[in-house]
Amino acid sequence: MAIAPEKPRAREWPLVGPPIYEGSRIPSPIPTVLRVSDELREAGDILQVNFGPNHPSMHGVLRLVVDLNGEEVVGLAAVIGYLHTGFEKNMEQKTWWKAITYPERIDYVAFQNNEYVFVAAIEKLLGMEIPPKAVWMRTLLCELNRIHSHLIWLGTSGLELGAISMFWYAFREREQILDLFELVAGYRMHTRYFQAGGLAEDVPRGFYPECRKFVEWMPKAIDDYEAMLSRNEIWLERTKGIGLLSAEDAIALGQSGPVLRASGVDWDLRKAQPYLAYDQVDFRVPVYTHGDVYDRYRVHIDEMRQSTRIVAQCLDVLEGMEGEPWISDDRKVVLPPREELHTSMESLIHHFKIVTEGYRVPEGEVYVAIEAPRGEMGCYVVSDGGPRPWRVKFRGSSFVALEATATCMRNALVADLIAIVGSLDTVMGEVDR
Amino acid sequence: MSWEHVPGYMGEQHAHGEQTVVVEPKQLVEAALHLRDEEGFSFLADIATADYLGWGQKGVAGYIGTVTGRDLNRPGSQGLQTMPELKPKRFSVSYHLLALRPGAPRLRLQVWIEDGEPVPSLVEVWPTADWHEREAYDLMGIRIEGHPNLARILMDDDWEGHPLRKDYPIGGEPVRFSSDE
Repeated sequence: MAIAPEKPRAREWPLVGPPIYEGSRIPSPIPTVLRVSDELREAGDILQVNFGPNHPSMHGVLRLVVDLNGEEVVGLAAVIGYLHTGFEKNMEQKTWWKAITYPERIDYVAFQNNEYVFVAAIEKLLGMEIPPKAVWMRTLLCELNRIHSHLIWLGTSGLELGAISMFWYAFREREQILDLFELVAGYRMHTRYFQAGGLAEDVPRGFYPECRKFVEWMPKAIDDYEAMLSRNEIWLERTKGIGLLSAEDAIALGQSGPVLRASGVDWDLRKAQPYLAYDQVDFRVPVYTHGDVYDRYRVHIDEMRQSTRIVAQCLDVLEGMEGEPWISDDRKVVLPPREELHTSMESLIHHFKIVTEGYRVPEGEVYVAIEAPRGEMGCYVVSDGGPRPWRVKFRGSSFVALEATATCMRNALVADLIAIVGSLDTVMGEVDR
Repeated sequence: MSWEHVPGYMGEQHAHGEQTVVVEPKQLVEAALHLRDEEGFSFLADIATADYLGWGQKGVAGYIGTVTGRDLNRPGSQGLQTMPELKPKRFSVSYHLLALRPGAPRLRLQVWIEDGEPVPSLVEVWPTADWHEREAYDLMGIRIEGHPNLARILMDDDWEGHPLRKDYPIGGEPVRFSSDE
């Protein structure tokens, strides 16, 4: 049993709403494993089933070892590691600016946010100033990426619960977002558009009008999604009251992002610890208080609306920034402009040094956290003052979200299992790294 | 703000706008309970480990070597311009704490250990530590004491070695050819 605090915490901000259930439902002694009770094991006819790792609704290669008593889930253990690729070890071998491509591939759905968190860690160690245009463009792209990530979640989780049309609708808008990324960076995913110091290139001509079209279209698309699901009898039956997680348990289990906000915790790092331009834009943090699958769905839908608003506000600012610098002019870190290489010896030397050897980052350790689409994405970086990171460690919010499966699975049926795992919104690339 | 009242206090650092408090490994649980209940750090965000083997030696930015002895640090001037500050012991384990209140204050609780020294488990203080500690054991070989289920998590159960250590060879697995048998 966990060591409880002597006096129970008062229900004050950021906790909102009434308690979802009394006491704690976190299994003991192993918080992430639901064990079959001895009486049940002797009395009942327990069937142990492997769910995954190659199952279409396991969001990748998650394996759940499930004990079933009839249709009831009475035991559960998650087994991960099938997608471990050693990103962190690999990044230690690369120079700082070449390592930027790795974090994007960790959570391949929230690539832009992951790229930002690593670049932000480098910039924190270097103590760099970022030009305003880069700050606003980063905010815009991170929010577009959040919509993209939520759309994939909505499409695939809907599909798993039988709402097949939802998948086609969600991927229709996802396609538009990927077209926007292609317009900006030349790549549809894994753009590598953020550079230590700012952006890799200026914003291309024609991006703002295209993005404006998307911003005007998106609210109507979200209305479509809601018309399909929010009052759909089957959807409500399968999601309401399923996979309960109380605010206290969610905090103890380190949950973040939509899972935490659906459990009645008003916590969003964009508001609590503003980074980029989030303190200069107007948006609302959606919080729901039932802690079930349906509320997690509501949080995702509302966040897409808010993100669309943020993108529109970023566009308003960016359209007035024509001709401003998009990257810092610190020549020890930032590549010199291409045209200078033909005329300036100094620029040629800087270009050569940065490309071959890489820039040096001052000694130190930092932990940078941002609100990625799935919650707190953290990056712990240690530098020894050389051109390569000494140690990089990512705090993947999907990794932590999976720890809550056993708690959410109390009294669940096997059909709810799909809904619950889906609602925790995991991307296995980030879990296994 | 000073952290001297934290149980097992050994020192603190303030750098890059972040605060680190170093405690005795033996008193880690007391320190964690104090920070959770008295200081309000109710949220454990992450447990990060680092191996400082070869820290501050020539050509260190990266790793030590490979199975074949090939040193990818050559050629090139990859060495260090200045000597980094030496570390007290080989491994550090950092607990990144967060308080859910305005301003989102963060604190890094840190312990330093040599290879094989035990670190007490914090699963009973923050249940989320379960998988983070298994990862620290699996990838870095940190001996976590009192963990209810200390098994490998990302690597195979029968894997040998701890891949994120600096003396773990990179360069792939040895390829077996029938001619060698």
